[in-house]
Amino acid sequence: MMIAISAFGKNQDSGVNPRLGRCEYFVLYDTGTGQYSAIENSGRLSPGAAGIATATLLNDQQVQAVITGNIGPNAYKGLEAAGIKVYIGVSGKVKDVVESYQKGLLSEASAPNVGPHGR
Amino acid sequence: MNISVASGKGGTGKTMVATSLALAILNDQPVQLLDCDVEEPNAHLFIRQDAIKSTNVSLPIPQVDYDKCQYCGKCAEVCRFKAIAFLKKTLVIFPDVCHSCSACWHFCPSGALVPAPRKVGTVNIGRSGELKLITGRLNLGIHASPPVIKAVRNTAEKEIITIIDGPPGSSCPVMAAVEGTDYCLLVTEPTPFGLNDLSLAVDMLNVLKVPYGVIINRDVPGSEIIDRYCQEKGIRILLRIPLQMEIARSYSRGITLVEHDSAWTERFAELFRQVRREVAK
Repeated sequence: MMIAISAFGKNQDSGVNPRLGRCEYFVLYDTGTGQYSAIENSGRLSPGAAGIATATLLNDQQVQAVITGNIGPNAYKGLEAAGIKVYIGVSGKVKDVVESYQKGLLSEASAPNVGPHGR
Repeated sequence: MNISVASGKGGTGKTMVATSLALAILNDQPVQLLDCDVEEPNAHLFIRQDAIKSTNVSLPIPQVDYDKCQYCGKCAEVCRFKAIAFLKKTLVIFPDVCHSCSACWHFCPSGALVPAPRKVGTVNIGRSGELKLITGRLNLGIHASPPVIKAVRNTAEKEIITIIDGPPGSSCPVMAAVEGTDYCLLVTEPTPFGLNDLSLAVDMLNVLKVPYGVIINRDVPGSEIIDRYCQEKGIRILLRIPLQMEIARSYSRGITLVEHDSAWTERFAELFRQVRREVAK
């Protein structure tokens, strides 16, 4: 299973970016192999509706769960439609967050927790 | 003749100027006042009026017939606003992001997308004697106000004197309110914030090629921040409204400047004559 973490950098030592739609990178973690990889978030360059572009990107990458700080209404609606689980309220380093995820310590979002544009 | 009122900064006195100008010139000809500050219309608080008519403003947004949809993704591909997303063979529409451009239903090869109206606001027409007041009101939760502003302007009669009370700022909503008007009154206040946003509004009007002049509200003797800017740019200062507790007190009770003190009727009538001379040039 592939999980994606919104991040400032490209590896497991990078910090988690609390913004989903406008984060620089997604660090991907394959729970089957334990391997990390990263993709650039092309959605953040979108002039508007970055959350929708980001949800489409994660859907295309076959991601099954996303870990981030905050999620807005459009990104949430998109990820929910795609059946991708969303875990919010997270901060710290990517590898620590993955460890928390595996221990079942993260809380799953049942609604967006911020308005449009992260406000 | 169409005279718009804008400011850049909010709360500088656009509605105070628009309502008093409309009332001051009303004795000589019929006037219509358009409240195009559709996110927070307030001219009706100052003009006691009889309601005549209320109409809805709707925009077409795509609706999916899932039985016809072939999930080809063409609609998401042609939408430059990303208002349609294809996610795990589900088509998701984001109405707030949609600009009603019609590309999706135009290019859908299977006829699965059809336009459906979405209510975004209302236009209310009222009358107070010879003054017609047309108020636009954006529905709660709707992001884009220009369609409602344009609906207000399209509702207006063409041949009578029209005063447009615009929204603050210098982006799309203001442009929708002032574009194509004969003259724009820029209401500002002698503060750095007032000046900063005035200069943005001036840049906007230069792009739109709408002539303009400045009104300084809450003017304080000795404050020259706006005067210096206007002198440097060669912009006319048409009127000064002093910072006075009595004016603020009346206004907070819904009393316009011309009703507060009838001396203002002549000052606003003179303002109108100045604008008419400028437009005639």
